[in-house]
Amino acid sequence: MEIPFIYYLIVSGVMFFAGVYGFIARRNMLAILISLELMLNAVDINFAVFNRYLYPGAMEGFFFTLFAIAIAAAETAIAIAIIINIYRNIKNIKSDNLDKMKN
Amino acid sequence: MDYSIVILALPFLMFLTLALAGNKMSQKFAGLLGTTGLLVITILSYMVTFQYFGMPRVEGVREALMPYNFEWLSFTDKLTINLGILLDPISVMMLVVITTVSLMVHIYSMGYMHGEKGFQRYYAFLSLFTFSMLGLVVATNIFQMYIFWELVGVSSYLLIGFYYTKPAAVSASKKAFIVTRFADLGFLIGILLLSFYTETFSFDQLTAEGGFFLTSTSGATFMGCSVASWAMALIFMGGAGKSAMFPLHIWLPDAMEGPTPVSALIHAATMVVAGVYLVARLFPVYLSVPDVLELITWVGAITALYAAIVACVQSDIKRVLAFSTISQIAFMMVALGVCTSMIPGEGGLGYMASMFHLFTHAMFKALLFLGAGAVIHAVHSNEMSDMGGLRKYLPITHITFLIACLAIAGIPPFSGFFSKDEILAAAFNKSTFWGVWMTVVAAITAFYMFRLYFGIFWGKEAKHEHTPHESPATMTVPLIILAVVTCVAGFIPFGEFVTSNGTAYHIHIDPVVATTSVVCAVVAILLATWLFAKPNTKPEKMQAALPKLHKWAYNRFYMDNVYQYITHKIIFARISKPIAWFDRHIIDATMDMFATVTNVAADKIKGFQSGKLQSYVWVYIVGAMVIAVAAMLIFI
Amino acid sequence: MENIGNEVIFYIIAAVMLIFSVMTVTTKHLLRSATYLLFVLFGTAALYFQLDYHFLGAVQVAVYAGGIVVLFVFSILLTQGLGQNKEKIKSSKLVLALSAAILGAVVCGYSLFTHIFPASRYAMGEEITMKTVGQVLLGSERYQYVLPFELISVLLLACIIGGIMIARKR
Repeated sequence: MEIPFIYYLIVSGVMFFAGVYGFIARRNMLAILISLELMLNAVDINFAVFNRYLYPGAMEGFFFTLFAIAIAAAETAIAIAIIINIYRNIKNIKSDNLDKMKN
Repeated sequence: MDYSIVILALPFLMFLTLALAGNKMSQKFAGLLGTTGLLVITILSYMVTFQYFGMPRVEGVREALMPYNFEWLSFTDKLTINLGILLDPISVMMLVVITTVSLMVHIYSMGYMHGEKGFQRYYAFLSLFTFSMLGLVVATNIFQMYIFWELVGVSSYLLIGFYYTKPAAVSASKKAFIVTRFADLGFLIGILLLSFYTETFSFDQLTAEGGFFLTSTSGATFMGCSVASWAMALIFMGGAGKSAMFPLHIWLPDAMEGPTPVSALIHAATMVVAGVYLVARLFPVYLSVPDVLELITWVGAITALYAAIVACVQSDIKRVLAFSTISQIAFMMVALGVCTSMIPGEGGLGYMASMFHLFTHAMFKALLFLGAGAVIHAVHSNEMSDMGGLRKYLPITHITFLIACLAIAGIPPFSGFFSKDEILAAAFNKSTFWGVWMTVVAAITAFYMFRLYFGIFWGKEAKHEHTPHESPATMTVPLIILAVVTCVAGFIPFGEFVTSNGTAYHIHIDPVVATTSVVCAVVAILLATWLFAKPNTKPEKMQAALPKLHKWAYNRFYMDNVYQYITHKIIFARISKPIAWFDRHIIDATMDMFATVTNVAADKIKGFQSGKLQSYVWVYIVGAMVIAVAAMLIFI
Repeated sequence: MENIGNEVIFYIIAAVMLIFSVMTVTTKHLLRSATYLLFVLFGTAALYFQLDYHFLGAVQVAVYAGGIVVLFVFSILLTQGLGQNKEKIKSSKLVLALSAAILGAVVCGYSLFTHIFPASRYAMGEEITMKTVGQVLLGSERYQYVLPFELISVLLLACIIGGIMIARKR
């Protein structure tokens, strides 16, 4: 008996909104980045699941996931580089302190 | 006559050169350059003149030539604006007048304006003016004329305001520009009306024989007058503005704030006769609307009398000359107005007389102004009270000025006598009323001119800071040349060259008219001699005897105050102010309201732009959800 | 019996993922947060394996678990001083975050449960072989992905350079 694919969607949905919560609630930039990874993963799961369950012959979801993983890796690398740079400049990485551009 | 284009191109070139590179040149070089350029133009104009009048007549008529005429703008198939050169008797005659006077003024200015700041600019503007004026007279169509008409106005504005640091000059230039612009509004409306009905701008079609103009406007009326009358009256309004006809004359006396040679060129000899030229140019059309001719006669006659009376009591010599200019131009207008037919022998004499007077007047009035300039140059004042007894110090100026005065007074054998006599004859042809009127004005002219003459050169000698001395040769030579022209111009068989229909007309002097006018003039001169030649108290007594009249005339019958009242109390207070209020409180306020609303709204929502990443995400997520919910509600 | 085993394994994975994703965002220790993320990522990889996407699972483990989490741990250790790695969540932020998350969850859940999906065609699927993956990834035909592949390779190159440029000492 196969697992109803809505279960996967529930898991990914919970992951996604956990990420949303973390993104908004946390102050630490790295924590925000971690939340972002959660959201990305949730989306990746959705791609894979829809592809596998509804269009098993096609491979778009598969490759979207693949590329999304690659881009997420790139994005994380850059983001961490930026965060480290910020840390070097203002000695902390609280997102509240990052409003210099506005004032 | 293909080289006639050079007559137009060269002054424009001079203008560009002097305006763009003038400051790099020395004053002397700029003056010589401008004068040499104008000398070439003058020679070319004379060549055109000799060639044109040397051509045989075609069926007894002098043909109009159009060496150039190309299409510039095309509105409809029929209605196009052309640019070109039209050579016919009056335009050729004007070429001579303009270039001669302009050349004299150029030479004279080298002495008069010597060392002035902006000397190069002055010559640049003179070139611009010469270009515009020449373009005006050779225009092939009414629209080209209008364009150059405005250019002339601009150069006049620039030259009146030449001493732009002097407030009086600035306000005078503004006044001249606004008044003539106001009149030109009428001109433009007239042109549009005319072209709407006749579907042409071109002079040769408009003035073609066979009543082309009348047939195309027949039947159309507006407020009780035919559209033809309206159009021509409005066009005349433009001419009246430029020619300083009552009641649009108020700018001309103020225009005397400009340098004196400019007054001689623009405000005496050339530009101010543009109105006369315009009426002459459209003369066949005006003949077909007799009511407008009647209007022209009345305007001219009233202006002539008014200006002559005012000229009698002015103390500023340039003002006297300005009013005398107004009066003399009005003579020309009257001469045109009293015409009744195209044939010079039977009612068309006025046309020839008007053009003749334009020609002679340009010469002797330029001479008068240049002479006045020499006097001002010598005593550094415009007021008659600062002069007197100058004949000892300025012998050349004195003699030439006297010749010009005799000419304008109409004493034979000077040129003014012949042309004025023709005008009087034309006026008597129309009716005795006009004849008598104009003879009276001519007598007053003689009186005030000799009052001026005696006031400057005789009478009580005023104290001078230093002894007045004769002007340099650059100034006296033009005076002598113009004086010679004034002496001989009357003997030109003018009727051979310029008549209303192009046929030859032999000028013959009507003995009765001539005798009357000469006697009147002589009496007036004697009166002036009796009053002003020797220092005495008679003028004051006369002034005391007629205090009201003197005061009114001295204040120019309060025409400026009337204008002041109309513009300030009526137009500004009653019309402009409410409009300004409307503009400020309704239109601007509406715009301000938009700005305020935007400002306030921006102020309210700028909190969203917090720079805090997380609040952006919150807004983004919630917004996305709201849109999703809305989409679900709408589509499901 | 295999199916039942499959199901049980899924439920275990799902439970692990649910619990640890929530813990990732709620724990106050950053290092723990990264560790929990690692579990979630492993869970995701397990899900891919379960969906017969073995290659995807392998990539997930290699890139995320092997690369990104290590990067996180390093940067956490680099930026957090000792005893500084706790943070308090402001109540106003908590409200904001909870409201957005719950609103989103409700909307998504509502649409998930009310939407009628097409019938599942799970049974028709088969494992995607490595050969297919390689051919599709590097093919230039229709539905093949050499262009995005190349783009991503350029992007990664740009990332390497950019990362060095940003992080290097001046």
